Amino acid sequence: MASAGSHDTYYVPEQTKLPFFASIGLFLTVYGLGNVLNDIKSSESATFSTLVALVGFIILSFILFQWFSTVIRENHAGMNSDQLKRSYVWGMGWFIFSEVMFFAAFFGALFYVRTFAVSWLGGEGDKGVTGDILWPNFEAVWPVIENPNSELFANPHEAMDVKEWTPAFFAKYLPFWNTLILMTSSVTVHFAHTALKAENRKGLIQWLSVTVALGVIFLFLQVFEYYEAYAHYGLTLDSGIYGSTFFLLTGFHGFHVTLGTFMLAVMLARAIKGHFKPDDHFGFEAASWYWHFVDVVWVGLFIFVYLL
Amino acid sequence: MSAAHDDHHHGPAKGFTRWLYTTNHKDIGSMYLWFSFAMFLLGGTFAMVIRAELFQPGLQLVDPNFFNQMTTMHGLIMVFGAVMPAFVGLANWMIPMMIGAPDMALPRMNNWSFWILPFAFAMLSATLFMEAGAPNFGWTFYAPLSTTYAPETVTFFIFAVHIMGASSIMGSINIIATILNMRAPGMTLMKMPLFVWTWLITAYLLIAVMPVLAGVVTMMLFDIHFGTSFFNAAGGGDPVLFQHVFWFFGHPEVYIMILPAFGIVSAIIPTFARKRLFGYDSMVYATASIAFLSFIVWAHHMFTVGMPIAGELFFMYATMLIAVPTGVKVFNWVATMFRGSMTFETPMLFAIAFVVLFTMGGFTGLMLAITPADFQYHDTYFVVAHFHYVLVPGAVFSIMAATYYWLPKWTGHMYDETLGKLHFWLSFIGVNILFFPQHFLGLAGMPRRIPDYALQFADFNWISSIGGFLFGASQLILLVVVIKCVKGGKKATAQVWEGAQGLEWTVDSPAPYHTFATPPDPKLIHAQ
Amino acid sequence: MLPKAKLWLGLVVAALTLFSTNLQAAWELNMTQGVTQISRDTYDLHMQILWWCVAIGVVVFGVMLWSIINHRKSKGAVSATFHESTKVEIIWTVIPFVILILMAIPATRVLTEAYDSSESEIDIQVTGYQWRWEYKYLRQDANEEEVSFYSIMSTSREEISNDLPKQEHYLLDVDNPLVIPINKKVRFLVTANDVIHAWWVPAFAVKKDAIPGFINEAWTIVEEPGIYRGQCAELCGLDHGFMPIVVHAVEQEEYDAWYAEKQEQARVTREMANNVVTMSEALENGEQIYARNCVACHQAAGTGLPPAFPALAGSDVVNGDLRANIDLLINGVPGTAMAAYGRQLNPIELAAVITFIRNSFGNTTGDLVQPADVNTILQEAQ
Ligand code: HEA
Ligand code: HEA
Ligand code: HEC
Ligand code: CUA
Ligand SMILES: [Cu+2]
Repeated sequence: MASAGSHDTYYVPEQTKLPFFASIGLFLTVYGLGNVLNDIKSSESATFSTLVALVGFIILSFILFQWFSTVIRENHAGMNSDQLKRSYVWGMGWFIFSEVMFFAAFFGALFYVRTFAVSWLGGEGDKGVTGDILWPNFEAVWPVIENPNSELFANPHEAMDVKEWTPAFFAKYLPFWNTLILMTSSVTVHFAHTALKAENRKGLIQWLSVTVALGVIFLFLQVFEYYEAYAHYGLTLDSGIYGSTFFLLTGFHGFHVTLGTFMLAVMLARAIKGHFKPDDHFGFEAASWYWHFVDVVWVGLFIFVYLL
Repeated sequence: MSAAHDDHHHGPAKGFTRWLYTTNHKDIGSMYLWFSFAMFLLGGTFAMVIRAELFQPGLQLVDPNFFNQMTTMHGLIMVFGAVMPAFVGLANWMIPMMIGAPDMALPRMNNWSFWILPFAFAMLSATLFMEAGAPNFGWTFYAPLSTTYAPETVTFFIFAVHIMGASSIMGSINIIATILNMRAPGMTLMKMPLFVWTWLITAYLLIAVMPVLAGVVTMMLFDIHFGTSFFNAAGGGDPVLFQHVFWFFGHPEVYIMILPAFGIVSAIIPTFARKRLFGYDSMVYATASIAFLSFIVWAHHMFTVGMPIAGELFFMYATMLIAVPTGVKVFNWVATMFRGSMTFETPMLFAIAFVVLFTMGGFTGLMLAITPADFQYHDTYFVVAHFHYVLVPGAVFSIMAATYYWLPKWTGHMYDETLGKLHFWLSFIGVNILFFPQHFLGLAGMPRRIPDYALQFADFNWISSIGGFLFGASQLILLVVVIKCVKGGKKATAQVWEGAQGLEWTVDSPAPYHTFATPPDPKLIHAQ
Repeated sequence: MLPKAKLWLGLVVAALTLFSTNLQAAWELNMTQGVTQISRDTYDLHMQILWWCVAIGVVVFGVMLWSIINHRKSKGAVSATFHESTKVEIIWTVIPFVILILMAIPATRVLTEAYDSSESEIDIQVTGYQWRWEYKYLRQDANEEEVSFYSIMSTSREEISNDLPKQEHYLLDVDNPLVIPINKKVRFLVTANDVIHAWWVPAFAVKKDAIPGFINEAWTIVEEPGIYRGQCAELCGLDHGFMPIVVHAVEQEEYDAWYAEKQEQARVTREMANNVVTMSEALENGEQIYARNCVACHQAAGTGLPPAFPALAGSDVVNGDLRANIDLLINGVPGTAMAAYGRQLNPIELAAVITFIRNSFGNTTGDLVQPADVNTILQEAQ
């Protein structure tokens, strides 16, 4: 792994102002956001807090933009050795692993609630006495449509699950189409990569554009699904545990799709500018890994949130 | 490329912006260490408030709500502010030097990992001055006390945890990339010093569990502000769900606070025993086993929540198993000392005390693992005694040992050995007076996290508090030693310690601002 | 190591003997053996593991100490060169493993036993509130009077603030202890109403978390009559330290008599809800109820602990519409520490405490609330 020769060229950057000011930006963002949330909760005006958060966010975004530009510039200037590039590879790999674990927490919560909490509340299993005494009217079914206490947590009218296993149903079933879209996009981004390696810039740009477009369509459909949920299904964040898990899992996934689409869009711009070489395009690769990761998470979601 | 930059690379920049903008692993390491020490004093001050209130029965100094804030902030600050950053600081300083690398793999991100921390802790500490008061629900912040019933400052607490998590994850990515990618030619994995190994595994643990912590506080945030019901039975959730997710993070977290300590002790004992570490390979495998097991034991913190019996048994057996690889480590240290040629400078004293007192903490850990017995121990001072034994004379002593051990390398001066020994002995005596009686308190039935107690607990609390003040005051000696040593003192040689092995001892003391810009001679790399 | 160990042990012992003159009772150093089979089994288990650890410690620290004494450079020791041995590594992996199995066997046995809550003779639902326990005896048939009551710490706030001398069972006394018969299998259905609490009586070796919305089962068969004390063992907020548990274990006849009397009391209270009370009765009664139930949060002088707990002195609710005030007491404020007292206090008590707060701390509404008024509202709510 550690091959001799590449060692005497490791690029250690000079001092940099970026991280310190990025820290300030990050701090203002979360501090402002915390105040916004607390203001809303105590029905106070959140204007100032919003401003703080916004300023922070602008600083943070601006600096991150600078940061990535710097890295790209350095690479173009030939300052990055193969070894340094390997550091980026490791970095991205482990970052994705941390994202996997973030989703693992939510999936874990979903499994726990489905197998344990809801059964017990419904009077089944080891702690079934819970349901018998405290929640005599609650029945353990998933998706939970009748909450244990539907005064505190209004019941949704309907869930997003599969109602019948017929082609006719799936033909109108948004999550099904969304699955197809994301799966396809994973393939198209791979085609883009192949084109890049074959020095086919036109192919790269075309396939990447298709991928970005698919990402946007996915997001559009998901927003539509959320709109349906809120407007017609009574399925909201505060409609009990089904809504909670549904929106947190799909919501954070959607957030990651947004990020991934943004990354791919940047890569598209860079591709148009001619940044990538067949043997030097880690930025593109990192974005595409991220995209595959987002895709895999969706498959998990589709199975455990929608199908089962 | 660094060759082209060499003309700028001689030394650090001037002025305080050196610290704000630095990308140098040694500068960043120093900042982590100073930050950690400041947090240790802050968290320690909170502990002194706790011990002062518990000095006598009755409420005398603080009201119960403030007491709960002190307990919570003490735990959080010590764990996330003192111990973890200290280890990261040591990693920054030592890992590149130990593996013959010019710096950390991602130097700019390294700076970012550090600088977001002071902001996170400033935000967390600021809650003490807010109207609603600081978090008061314990460092384990069980829902719904930390959600529905929490003071509104919990929002800042949540965001502070997010940032600390981001810092740890970035720091760990950096450490892993450094270790896997930056080793000098000839530095094979099985020749790496154990400190590097233990940190590699620790970093892996961190990346695996910090996101889970982020996940659980995110669920809290949604329960508090967006009406979800993850931890509320009325909506179909379960408060115990919180505990499962939290402890899935929390248990590996406690090993995150001890594995690097194992690495430090594994460096110090061979040095002062003038004998190679016994069983290097088995040390590596034991560390990996501990890390693996740490993922499947979390519910031993939850034996009383009413899990089905199969769960109770599984988590009991899995937890007990950890004694085996940990035992291997202890035995290997003893075997290293056996038939060595030992001297007892301050680092060695701390390391030996570590082995003994950590093992005692391990023994009580094993007792806690016995489920039916834990029904009696749980949430009493017996638990408090257990974890302070592994954390204070465990993790904290190892950090002190490391500080004394590498201080000459950092500053170029020998520290004051007399003061060092004084610091050790006062700490050693103090820590035992402080925490040993807490075993008795717990067994006799004193619950933890209470500001006032029944009369039969008065005497041991009194003794414990005295020990606490003694231990706390002794820590100021460390500050004096370090400042004196930074300012001057006997010049240290490159080797510093007669028996020391490893690349860090082949460079000058103080270590030049940039080390190993070109890789070291492979002949210098020995088996550990 | 031993010189050091001796040094600090010596110091501790010296400190102990010097200052132990004011000790009333012998120092408790160890886990209680308790008064149930399970508690004794637990104690034995505890001792067994402890001795294993001591034995291992003696061996490990013994070897270490011996090396420290004999293999020091100042004595001219020269270090050996050995640094590995697969054989000893295997030995010291296997031996601890075997010891662990020896520990796991009795542990599994005791746990299985402690988990078997079947075939109980009396079922009691134990509910944790901030900061009191409710005990409800589950009825065999629905026509019986239901016995249920709250159990609140009876140590006075003055003792806690050091204004009065502390009594013998400081912090460990309650107004209404739980009463159970000896030699009967009593099952506890433990739950909570707000945050997590934990019901712990060391002498029974029973500690179970009280999880809001869920029920955990625990059980005991007490073998000796006596008064057994415990405490809430899960951080539950402000007064977590002031949430004791007292259990009277009594002979069967005594229990039967007590139970019958409780049923009679319940009947009388139900009927008395129609009585008319006078202002002075209400104020007197209300003050006591306030002291027991409300001071923890709203404080003796009605000042509260803002912002967490609002002041009642000058409060808009307390000085405003009476009906709104009664509703608030009955239903509490969901999502805050202000509990629904409609479930915790009976109409007489509710009426009294409302009368009290509306005419104290400088509040001068002059309202006198009758139990019947509260009762009507309670009925409406159902
Ligand atoms: C550095 C931190 C650290 C470390 C290393 C450990 C190590 C261990 N801990 Fe501890 N623990 C904590 C920090 C730590 N713990 C904290 C902070 C809490 C409380 C959290 C809270 O609630 O706030 C806690 C709580 C805690 C509990 C929950 C108690 C309760 O709340 O009821 C349990 C239960 O099983 C436990 C067990 C163990 C075990 C089995 C080990 C083992 O790893 C120990 C292994 C070591 C040895 C056993 C000694 C050496 C071995 C030999 C010499 C070999 C031969 C020995 C035998 C065969 C016996 N710990
Ligand atoms: C690494 C972690 C760590 C460390 C180092 C410590 C160090 C100490 N801890 Fe802490 N502790 C925890 C982690 C740690 N603790 C955790 C996780 C909890 C659980 C929290 C919870 O329940 O949620 C806890 C809980 C806890 C409790 C139980 C509180 C309760 O249940 O209500 C107590 C009580 O004695 C205590 C005491 C101490 C003391 C006296 C020290 C001492 O070692 C501290 C010594 C240091 C100093 C004192 C600072 C340095 C000196 C000065 C600043 C000079 C001034 C000195 C004087 C005025 C004398 N700790
Ligand atoms: C566990 C703490 C606690 C206890 C015990 C408690 N309260 Fe409260 N009380 C609160 C809190 C918190 C609020 C504020 C609720 C809110 O946010 O509106 C409150 C609000 C009130 C209010 C409304 C005050 C206002 O101005 O909004 C009244 C009246 C009141 N309580 C009376 C009582 C009485 C009478 C008792 C005893 C029978 C009692 N409380 C016991 C915590 C408590
Ligand atoms: Cu109730 Cu602690
Ligand atoms: Cu643990």
